Amino acid sequence: MASTIRVRAQANGTSTDVQALIQHPMDSGFVKDANGAAIPPHHIETVTFEYGGKVVLTADWGPAVSKDPYVKFSFKGGAKGDPLVVTWVDNLGKTDTVTAKIS
Amino acid sequence: MPHRLIRARATLRAVVLVVAVSALGGAAPEQDKTDPLADQKAFQALFRERFPKVPFADFANGPYAVNAPMRKQWEDIMQFPPYDFALDEGKTAFETPFANGKSYADCFPNKGIGVRQEFPYFDTKTGEVVTLDGAINRCREANSEKPLPYQVGMMASITAYMAETSRDKPFDIKIPDDPRAMAAYEAGKEYFYTRRGQLNFSCASCHVGAAGQRLRGDILAPAVGILAAFPIYRSDWGSMGTIDRRFTSCSAQMRSEPLPPQDKSYRDLEYFLSYMSNGVPISGPGTRP
Repeated sequence: MASTIRVRAQANGTSTDVQALIQHPMDSGFVKDANGAAIPPHHIETVTFEYGGKVVLTADWGPAVSKDPYVKFSFKGGAKGDPLVVTWVDNLGKTDTVTAKIS
Repeated sequence: MPHRLIRARATLRAVVLVVAVSALGGAAPEQDKTDPLADQKAFQALFRERFPKVPFADFANGPYAVNAPMRKQWEDIMQFPPYDFALDEGKTAFETPFANGKSYADCFPNKGIGVRQEFPYFDTKTGEVVTLDGAINRCREANSEKPLPYQVGMMASITAYMAETSRDKPFDIKIPDDPRAMAAYEAGKEYFYTRRGQLNFSCASCHVGAAGQRLRGDILAPAVGILAAFPIYRSDWGSMGTIDRRFTSCSAQMRSEPLPPQDKSYRDLEYFLSYMSNGVPISGPGTRP
């Protein structure tokens, strides 16, 4: 099974620009299916980006975040070829992680 | 017809009769004969004239070809194409053999790689237009697998992968020398230009007459090359969709009754539109707002 996380991280001297796309249904719990039964909440709660053993970004997400969410940010430092670890955990305890290389 | 004549006012009736008589008597036989190649030339010339700055191949990118701000957003979005996940899923499914050991590759010329531009084609054996989606289900049924539902899901993923392997190959639709093929072309053409629904729109009202203009927040894609990017990830849908999904939602937007997916009319329409787009390269899978 392919990873649910796509990352692109680009170092530009002083900082690193990071973009990530995560495949996740992000069900809010407020939507009903075709039979009128509520679709139970199923959404990511935390996403973390780790660089050099330090967390550079933590995102607390909830039911209001869209399906297949996208995030973009930059942090100081980062060098070409270094690993960047991205992890998400959802409300059902499911998780996925990927190690991307900064380019 | 007689009912309508009886109901019509006397003056109107006279006009109708005069028109009918002149149509019967003076119609030039050449005008009745369909010449798809001439149609195609005129169709493409119309869009070239309307959008002189757009390179012809760029019509594969629909609204982005004719609207600069949208193109900018699209280029940003394409750094992370939202169809990526579907593409992976489609590739895996395409390469996974059926229960009998055969696979999709056995059903298509060139093992199904780089063939999207030849669909839909006219099958001279069955006398019907076969779309790529239809061919995928034909393949499944021939190998004792259940057909996939049209419009969304796995069908969109598999066609996405097949389109991706065909990128930049220009549409190459042929109309064989068969009266049934010509009839299918004509039916598709008629469908395209016929007004329907409560809004009384035809496909052409928006995608020829108002191509490049706004329909509320959307930019209307020019009809030429309009199918080149399918299947698409449409932000409005929040998921992938096939040509059938687009046709049914277009029908609904015109407030007409959508036809079932792969209905003969939709297949003929796809045949006509793809033939009109001959020469436009495949750009699918695509993303649309």
